[in-house]
Amino acid sequence: MKGLPPVLITAIVLVAGFALCAVQFPNIASTRVVGNLLTDNAFLGIVATGMTFVIISGGIDLSVGSVIGFTTVFVALAIERWGVPPLLAFVAILALSAAFGAAMGAVIHVFDLPPFIVTLAGMFLARGASFLLSTESVPITAPVYSTVSDFALRMPGGGRLTAIAIIMLVIVIGGALLLHLTRFGANVYALGGSRATASLMGVAVGKMTVKIYMLSSLLAGIAGIVFSFYTSAGYSLSAVGVELDTIAAVVIGGTLLTGGQGSVIGTFLGVLIQGLIQTYINFDGTLSSWWTKIATGVLLFAFIALQQGLVALARRPAAKRAGAAT
Amino acid sequence: MENSPDPAPSLLEVRGISKSFGAVRALQEVDFTLRAGEIHALLGENGAGKSTLIKVITGVFPRDAGIVRLGGEEVAPRSAKAALQAGIATVYQEVNLLPNLSVAQNLFLDRQPMRFGIVREGEMRRRAKALLTDFGLDIDVAAALGSYSVAIQHVTAIARAVDLSARVLILDEPTASLDRHEVEILFGIMRQLAKRGIGIVFVSHFLDQVYEISDRITVLRNGRLVGERETASLPRLELIRMMLGRELAETTSARASAGEHRAREVCASFENYGKAGYVAPFNLELRHGEVVGLAGLLGSGRTETARLVFGAERADGGQATVEGAPVRLQSPRDGVRHGFGYCPEERKTDGIVAELTVRENIVLALQAKRGLHRPLSRREQDEIASRYVRMLDIRPPDPERAVGLLSGGNQQKVLLARWLATSPRLLVLDEPTRGIDVGAHAEIIRLIRELCDDGLALLVISSELDEIVTYSDRVVVLRDRAHVEELAGEAIDVGNILAAIAADSVAVALEAHT
Repeated sequence: MKGLPPVLITAIVLVAGFALCAVQFPNIASTRVVGNLLTDNAFLGIVATGMTFVIISGGIDLSVGSVIGFTTVFVALAIERWGVPPLLAFVAILALSAAFGAAMGAVIHVFDLPPFIVTLAGMFLARGASFLLSTESVPITAPVYSTVSDFALRMPGGGRLTAIAIIMLVIVIGGALLLHLTRFGANVYALGGSRATASLMGVAVGKMTVKIYMLSSLLAGIAGIVFSFYTSAGYSLSAVGVELDTIAAVVIGGTLLTGGQGSVIGTFLGVLIQGLIQTYINFDGTLSSWWTKIATGVLLFAFIALQQGLVALARRPAAKRAGAAT
Repeated sequence: MENSPDPAPSLLEVRGISKSFGAVRALQEVDFTLRAGEIHALLGENGAGKSTLIKVITGVFPRDAGIVRLGGEEVAPRSAKAALQAGIATVYQEVNLLPNLSVAQNLFLDRQPMRFGIVREGEMRRRAKALLTDFGLDIDVAAALGSYSVAIQHVTAIARAVDLSARVLILDEPTASLDRHEVEILFGIMRQLAKRGIGIVFVSHFLDQVYEISDRITVLRNGRLVGERETASLPRLELIRMMLGRELAETTSARASAGEHRAREVCASFENYGKAGYVAPFNLELRHGEVVGLAGLLGSGRTETARLVFGAERADGGQATVEGAPVRLQSPRDGVRHGFGYCPEERKTDGIVAELTVRENIVLALQAKRGLHRPLSRREQDEIASRYVRMLDIRPPDPERAVGLLSGGNQQKVLLARWLATSPRLLVLDEPTRGIDVGAHAEIIRLIRELCDDGLALLVISSELDEIVTYSDRVVVLRDRAHVEELAGEAIDVGNILAAIAADSVAVALEAHT
């Protein structure tokens, strides 16, 4: 028998975890809790979708947390201090973040630098720039914010599917389609397999690199807007360390950190697992919220070990496998 | 253009190609002609310039001089991609496809059938299936390429190249990792493609396969064209002479009086020593004050023998003896402990540490032998380094210069010094004169003889037959990963060595057919 694909294992972990939580706290199994879980993790789901593309292509993007932070501050100041209409502010920040990502991609490709270093520089730059704009939290009082916050689809059982949760779901589905059904998606996997080989096979490696980091930063920008809806404020210290939560979600979702394999759906499940742990801790009430990090760490270890195991299994000669199967 | 009476017109014409890397002239005015519909073998030993020629033709390396014409028109691709678009496709031994993608995606990457911006997966798989059926493959094209054997990956790579409307197909060592049956399949495909008018360049060091499949043969040696012949009218002995030797008169061993050496003490001996699938079991005796040469074609098991002797590879049978006492050689550490030294062929990657200084490189092996808890003092290091710099005449005579900045010949001397510093009883040298200019060449050979006169036992591998003849007391000839002949004394000459290599290959060929 063939081994289970990593995504399936992630799904099983999520369902089993959910069932265990529901046994202890029956209230967890309600659309209300699920709706909140989606809302609370909307920004994480969006940014993790972009990170999935980056990691499958063999790269990493450490700047996303800072881009989220910068976006919230920029949006808050633009609307509250500079009097820019909210929609225009959104368009401006998305253009800005996309350009930022494209620039990082270009630097990575042209100077042949490790993405880790380039996006680390991007992380400091974006975080520093947001402090330059404002060191204080700027509340957003624009009417559009209360409208969006109040909007929600009623689910059976009293749960609310909020606007930002809907945005996240649309982006996850869109991302999955882009990754699995288009030429762009196939090229992302090709890059993750081997940049040199992909280039020999005709993939425009440079353009792809720019586009992939542009997508990641663009989604980080959207995540930033969503985060500003979620908190109704812009703060330069928001989303510190989110890049690491994001990478964790992607890896737990079965994407190989070395690139070449993975899926957006897996990442989405990874986000939900992290959200579930957080929810469990909230329900328990006695546990420190830092247990989320510990549980995430343990899961991360388990998944990396699992992936190494699968990789090792795949490398075993076919004859041996056949022998073991009989 | 006039109609040529030649039934097979030239498809690819390469004229006067030269290419240098720094001071090393990798190709000098090489010509090469490929006709449409022929299978043309490109042969030569390591460093002959085959790979460089391929890379220059396909635009991976820019050329210094010369022209390439494809179908009469001059082409100058700047990259492998551009060459592919021009119609020249290369399939390397290391399959250049993506093992993490499906077979279908690999065949159609960047040119998938699309509708409304979406890849038509079903259509793509149908086409992939149809394409591979032409090549005699019936496999699940949706499965990852990496889950299939190397042979299937090769065929997939060829199918992709041909489907990209390749007119010239270059196959670089395509059979090196295939078994006999897979080779047959590949040859079937090659013949079929040739019939369709595609010109195929076949690079291989398996001469039996070359004789089986190729129409014509071009031989390169030391970056120069040796000749182009019809395969059918080129005797094997003649081919091997083209690959290995110059048109030389009989050179006999300069180390006269072979009888005298008979009395020398045995330093190390190997009985029935070997490893399955690596080198067939062999008997080898290495004596103090004696040079044993290992001769044979590329891939015949020369380096493999050296690695077994040193302990870099574990034998799975036989007995090694050092100074009369049985020993186990399981790792290079064991080799060093028994007083062996090994200068590998790939000096740059396996030998020197380019960033460290001459002094640091020289004391490396000695320090490793002594262990970390007995560090050599700086004064001792300086002494050792300057002694060998003087003794081997390493230039510039500056022990504090980074080894990477030295010329090839001087790097080789530093490697020699590294092992000499450990006062070895046996030194194994793999291609000690490769990539070294002529002056340093003679000096290395002089050093080899001097070391030998000092009582060291030497095992030397070289593709240069004249060279082997010059310094060897005995020559072991290898073929197909087995020791097939040992020549001593008067019997050592280039002719006998060539005969041993060729005679055996004929015998093997006969065996294979009966």
